[in-house]
Amino acid sequence: MPVKVETYDRVEEAARALSASRSARFLGGGTLVMRAVNAGDQSFDTIIRLRDPDFRTIRMQGDGLVIGAGVTMAALVANRDAAFLATVARVIGGPAIRNMATVGGNLFASGNYGDLAVALLALGATVQLAGSGSRSMPIDEFLRDRDRDRHATSLVQSVTVPRPRDPAAFRFTKVSRVKPKGVSLMSIAALLPQSGGRVQGARVAYGAMGPTPLRAIAVERALEGQALDAAAIDRAAALAVEGIAPPTDALASSWYRAEVAGVHLKRLLAGERR
Amino acid sequence: MAKKPVQFRLNGSEKAVFVDDGQNLLDVLRRGVGDLTPKYGCGQGTCGTCTVLIDGEPHLSCLTLAETIDGRQVSTTAGLARGSELHPLQAAFMDGFAAQCGYCTPGMLMAASALLERNPDPSREDIVEAISGNICRCTGYEPIINAILAAAKAGGARRYG
Repeated sequence: MPVKVETYDRVEEAARALSASRSARFLGGGTLVMRAVNAGDQSFDTIIRLRDPDFRTIRMQGDGLVIGAGVTMAALVANRDAAFLATVARVIGGPAIRNMATVGGNLFASGNYGDLAVALLALGATVQLAGSGSRSMPIDEFLRDRDRDRHATSLVQSVTVPRPRDPAAFRFTKVSRVKPKGVSLMSIAALLPQSGGRVQGARVAYGAMGPTPLRAIAVERALEGQALDAAAIDRAAALAVEGIAPPTDALASSWYRAEVAGVHLKRLLAGERR
Repeated sequence: MAKKPVQFRLNGSEKAVFVDDGQNLLDVLRRGVGDLTPKYGCGQGTCGTCTVLIDGEPHLSCLTLAETIDGRQVSTTAGLARGSELHPLQAAFMDGFAAQCGYCTPGMLMAASALLERNPDPSREDIVEAISGNICRCTGYEPIINAILAAAKAGGARRYG
């Protein structure tokens, strides 16, 4: 079934068109939507496109960085203010994918994709939605509701990310079978701000460990208020998959993921580079 | 369904075509314009053999909605040689036996040419990173990497398109 493409210049118009049809998808960089078109996906018949240049800008707002949903991974890598996210954006896909794939699209990536969303979850980002339902919500909430309404009626306009005061407080690792480019067997992002030598406000998130990026609540609790020493790291790593049921897919079984999650988490918390 | 007019430059020459809604750039290049150098591999953004340069940067043509290239510059392997004079990358690929079945070669050449335009003296690591989105199922990566190194030494950063 052929698809119809509608192009808009203003984000409100695009949002209205998207919410008016349950069989419409919004086109970001094409790495998800065009992929679905090529695969003969029959679940949508309309592609909504937006040409608003604002949609592709990055700007500072107080302590936060407002990233337009149309910003590509390559643009993120090249942006000085977004340096703390460059380590994440740089390991997504190959160069051609990074020139295309967008920040907004990454929030909708499932399975072994969506590493940036994992980082944004750990960083406590908020997601701005456009249109009549124009609102802002924590990324936790966005990801929780994402798959309940697959043909989301809202258009993601931007993501606001609080910049970590201490850049070393944010850490990210991607575990893949193929180097340098491979999809994630799992990815782990951790925000570990310290005050007086103790962790305060820990946020730890996994990718490819569930249907969406998710937080490792038990790990966060184990780290909270602790000095980041070997004993605390061991206790946290022992709780790596507490309350989490990792999926089985082509890359790894649920059992394998559960076995190695603690190992990768421990290395990340200990600041070991691999 | 309505056809949409699209104008763009392909390897330096003006092209004007009508595209279908949802048609991808690779299909337009191969069937609409007759440039058969970019190949259809996976259609899923995984293999990289459809890689072309859009405004000098590598893109996957199979995942690019054709109408989005209106007014832009597209470069393919067809634009590398100058008449009978091969591009330094092509010459190095030939001299170094960097093609086995050859299906990945157009994508490898475009990814490598984008690299050399930006970085005329790349390290081996830079090259591995630049072609990381291009899969060679003959697994002949070593000759490909060596050929790109050789082309860089031979002054492979020649402007084209």
